[in-house]
Amino acid sequence: MRGDPENLELIAASSLPDVLAQMAAAPGSWTPIAGGTELMVAHAAGRLNAQKFISLWGLAELDFIRVQDDSISIGGGVTFGHIRSHAAIASDFPLLARAASWIGSIANQNRATLAGNIVNGSPAADAPPALLVYDAEIELISQRGSRRIPYADFHLGYKQSVLEPDELVLALHLPRRFSKHSQYLRKVGTRKAMAITKVALAGTAIVENGTIHEIRLAAASVADRPVRMIATEEALQGRWLTAATRNAARAVLLNEVRPIDDIRSTAEYRKHVAANLLDEFLAELNNRGSSG
Amino acid sequence: MSACRTQIHLTVNGQQTAVEAPPMKRLLDVLREDLGLTGTKEGCGEGECGSCSVRMNGELVNSCLVPILQASDARIETVEGLAIDAELHPLQKAFLECGGAQCGICTPGMLIAATHLLAHNPNPSMDEIREGLAGNLCRCTGFIKIFESVIAAAAMRGLETRAR
Repeated sequence: MRGDPENLELIAASSLPDVLAQMAAAPGSWTPIAGGTELMVAHAAGRLNAQKFISLWGLAELDFIRVQDDSISIGGGVTFGHIRSHAAIASDFPLLARAASWIGSIANQNRATLAGNIVNGSPAADAPPALLVYDAEIELISQRGSRRIPYADFHLGYKQSVLEPDELVLALHLPRRFSKHSQYLRKVGTRKAMAITKVALAGTAIVENGTIHEIRLAAASVADRPVRMIATEEALQGRWLTAATRNAARAVLLNEVRPIDDIRSTAEYRKHVAANLLDEFLAELNNRGSSG
Repeated sequence: MSACRTQIHLTVNGQQTAVEAPPMKRLLDVLREDLGLTGTKEGCGEGECGSCSVRMNGELVNSCLVPILQASDARIETVEGLAIDAELHPLQKAFLECGGAQCGICTPGMLIAATHLLAHNPNPSMDEIREGLAGNLCRCTGFIKIFESVIAAAAMRGLETRAR
């Protein structure tokens, strides 16, 4: 049944400190809402759990992209429309720009924010795999202060994270040291636009003289949260990129992923597609290595 | 619990207006129910189909996903604002001429999304048109006539002076 807006409260604050003060005064009772691409859907369907909302839309303190010498910081309130069209993000972090361009439609990208995509906690979310293979850090803020942790430590389980009830995502920080890496991102969905991921794999790597010096892998929709694939990385790190290495890594990945059956796909399909995506990335690395 | 109604000021198709509504009321419902602008349609109600597309401060948005409080002081453009008096917008003319509309439910959203596309990119390629309208679903036309309408509109003179 459709939700009745008469039963819901929504307030806007004029500044970030105002929002944080509201949230600190009654931790957990205010649900932050930015572009509404998740919460308004739940609202229309009458399945909102929360009743009190605080708007983050238009807060200047969350809407910034800062390009520094050694990193790029993206405010939690930045929309994917801005992320995909930002020149420095496109050149230093092309996987993130590409993931942004895959999110819903133009209208969704104009409203959906980076922090919303993360805090919503969907294992299928588009931005997290790219953030994970770029070693992003996430900065959380509350009235008590701010803290900065590796983004890989943010998600704890299905829709669970380290975010405290009085905290917001202030920014994501991406170190600018991937421009020489080989990079890979592929999303498998039902169709090109407006599709939710069945499986996605992101990767960054450095291969020299046939040896994998550095590799990071992350995937969507293969576990209860967006994940780095540490065991698969370890099976590749420091090895010659041979057919035997590729086969061994495939076997490790099939063991490491823990996908589920749901309305969009099956666990079995997801496992094998994830393995195929890994193999495609490794084949690209191999080709690049032999031609360069 | 009952939320207080809030007074919201906004500009719709160039006209300043004020409504009193619960802050979580959808912009779509305010346009249709409070302002009588029923050109904006509801399809899915969850941001998938684009029937409720409007422009908010120059950005394409799904009005079903915008709580009215977030549209405070915003500039909203709906399909009703495209024609000037009896003079149709070039996109509307092109949709008529090329058969870009059949049942009509998706048409207002298509027109707004296409207006937005042409405002940023007056001469889009077919791929750019497909991406620009990817969030607008049509179950009648098979899309080709819609894409052809956008190409025809882009070729019409005078578009640039009207689109922002």
